[in-house]
Amino acid sequence: MTPRREMIRLDDVAKTFVMHLRGGARLPVVGGVSFAVAGGECVVLGGPSGTGKSSILKMIYGNYRADGGRIEINGPAGWVDIARAMPRSVLALRKSTIGYVSQFLRVIPRIGALDIVMSAARETGLDDRAARARAASLLTMLHVPERLWGLPPATFSGGEQQRINIARGFAAERPILLLDEPTASLDATNRAAVVELIEARKRAGAAIVGIFHDEDVRDRVADRIIDVTKFTTEAPGR
Amino acid sequence: MTAPPDRPLLVAEGLTKHYGPNLGCADVSLDIHEGEVVAVVGESGSGKSTLLGLLSTQLHPSAGSVRYRMRDGEERDLLALGEAERRFLLRTDWGFVHQDARLGLRMGVSAGGNVGERLMAVGWRHYGRIRSEAEQWLDRVEIARDRIDDRPDTFSGGMRQRLQIAKNMVTRPRLIFMDEPTGGLDVSVQARLLDLIRGFVNDYGLAAVIVTHDLAVARLLSHRIVVMRHGRVVETGLTDQVLDDPREPYTQLLVASILQA
Repeated sequence: MTPRREMIRLDDVAKTFVMHLRGGARLPVVGGVSFAVAGGECVVLGGPSGTGKSSILKMIYGNYRADGGRIEINGPAGWVDIARAMPRSVLALRKSTIGYVSQFLRVIPRIGALDIVMSAARETGLDDRAARARAASLLTMLHVPERLWGLPPATFSGGEQQRINIARGFAAERPILLLDEPTASLDATNRAAVVELIEARKRAGAAIVGIFHDEDVRDRVADRIIDVTKFTTEAPGR
Repeated sequence: MTAPPDRPLLVAEGLTKHYGPNLGCADVSLDIHEGEVVAVVGESGSGKSTLLGLLSTQLHPSAGSVRYRMRDGEERDLLALGEAERRFLLRTDWGFVHQDARLGLRMGVSAGGNVGERLMAVGWRHYGRIRSEAEQWLDRVEIARDRIDDRPDTFSGGMRQRLQIAKNMVTRPRLIFMDEPTGGLDVSVQARLLDLIRGFVNDYGLAAVIVTHDLAVARLLSHRIVVMRHGRVVETGLTDQVLDDPREPYTQLLVASILQA
């Protein structure tokens, strides 16, 4: 078997929020975060809530800034430290390499559900026909009724919006996939569908980092669990 | 860290503008690449409209420079451009969408005439072709074709803004400046306009500088954000990063002040 290619490397990453509206209070989140993820494996961030799992995921996506350390991404033109990359480079990496799925859909006015998923599929180069087919199969798999496909999701239930967001997240097949509790509050059938999607991405060689509160899902998809509490920083002065 | 190696479309350096003893904006530097949407946000008096005026050469800076890569690939110092060249650029490769449509449209001229004017400025002469091109752009901005001979002063606020956009887009500009394009519109009308702008940016690879006080508009439309206060840039970066993880006290205050619907 060929050795798996590393796709993500975190080295001594640290994050502290400074809350200026609360007199500059410092809120240390994590420090000394170091791990690597290879293609074809799913690394799950474990630990109780409030330990910084989601912050780590957001730093890998470039959505939160890192205050220290390196977050290297194996992009199409070689390794890029996303903690220091120019905004344009971060956007280029998100387009080519890093996908992110949260449980929340940011609704875009007037765009129908199918179009939202299709446009995500087109981002990685599928033509209209292939994008439509992919979007339709994802929505079907996630049990979004076909009568909703043409409608903008603003008025959909929370669960329907969540499933459209998952469909969108899996529509584009990128080499890195970040999953921030995508299965939270899904029913068992749809949870199983998401597990199937994750397994398919793993087989296709994607490097996956995820947060799952649901133990059943975690046990099925995780190759390794990293306990984030070991990165949790103490407040200064203690 | 390096960015993709293509050259920016527009490079502003050290832009400063004084109005008598008052500061409009101070020492602003900004690059804009093709297809990139930059939102300039801040409250009234933050200098964001002054910056837009300077970038689009409608105002002359007290200090600083603006360079632009013309369609022929040559980089030009815009402040050294002759008046005729500057006006030609504004009418062809650039667009400007004003909050007040009366500044961007001729209210006494028909909708078709407003759109056709820009085509005539770039040498179109054939009436039938101008009219049919104007009709196609009215379609794209969702204005019924049978309104082509009506004057914009008979249009609603949302229609006027869409007509301004059609008028600008007809020459296929590479860069468009927008000053509070959704300001004063009803929310449902705003959504339609935002959707239209988003579509044009995606479909035509349009670069845009959008001045807005509305952070939701900035989040929906822009790749990068520039936060201004008292004429200075206080924070800049990737839009979602600045809005989700604001670093500066003023940006934290702005983000914390948004009403959640």
